[in-house]
Amino acid sequence: MAETKDIQKKRETQMQRGVEPTQQGRVFLPPTDIRETNESIVLTADMPGVKVDCVNVTLENDVLTVRGTVAEEHRSDPGAAYAEYEVGNYQRSFALSDEIDRDKIDARMNNGVLTLTLPKTRPSQKRIEVKAG
Amino acid sequence: MNGFGWQGWWNPWQRLREMEREMSRLFGDVASPVGATFPPVNVYTDNEGATVTAELPGVEPKDLDISVRDRTLVLRGERKAPEGADDERWLRRERAFGQFTRSVDLPFAVDADKVEASCRDGVLKVQLQRSEADKPKQITVQS
Repeated sequence: MAETKDIQKKRETQMQRGVEPTQQGRVFLPPTDIRETNESIVLTADMPGVKVDCVNVTLENDVLTVRGTVAEEHRSDPGAAYAEYEVGNYQRSFALSDEIDRDKIDARMNNGVLTLTLPKTRPSQKRIEVKAG
Repeated sequence: MNGFGWQGWWNPWQRLREMEREMSRLFGDVASPVGATFPPVNVYTDNEGATVTAELPGVEPKDLDISVRDRTLVLRGERKAPEGADDERWLRRERAFGQFTRSVDLPFAVDADKVEASCRDGVLKVQLQRSEADKPKQITVQS
């Protein structure tokens, strides 16, 4: 259990080479759970300090990107006597393998947690059987 | 330099570990799945008091219990796991759930009656005022 005593450092988002965020400061990867059912994929991401209107979700070429901007009131001033976490914006991208019904994506923000429900399209996709030999 | 001289004894990392061990001993080590350092906290201090912020995404304010005694702030609560569907399977699991107890050692005694806490967007902010008896007395040097 010794390792759990250590502070979980936020992981930083790896930006595409040569691409920098317009806003100064660090950008973090929100810790994310992804669950799948037959009907949908549910993605839950922790983005504390992000208000509902500061979340941006895009789906482009099967790449889902989640961005969150931390509200000014939650930005820490640099003079902390003791600091365990850093405040920064969030960004993370996922490659989706299933066909997603783009029009029915549901996004909710509650207590700093983003929940995205991505319904799968009905089996229009063709499954190719792999034969032995 | 703020003249209190508490930075010397207040090695935050060491003190915090000590406090956590003590809390675990008192409350029984619940082996919280969220980890002993959930939620992470930041502490800001000035002459009048301290502000403690903590990142608690997904914790409902009603599931949070805040208590203050002398120079220790204790945050207890539960981060509830979402209800899942029967046929679901996990593709990625990075978030932890469960009960947590976190104690924060403050550099001075605080007035337990003047604690204000707010929780917005998954960020808790607790404002504590230094107790009057604990405030340093300004001594004027006479020429």
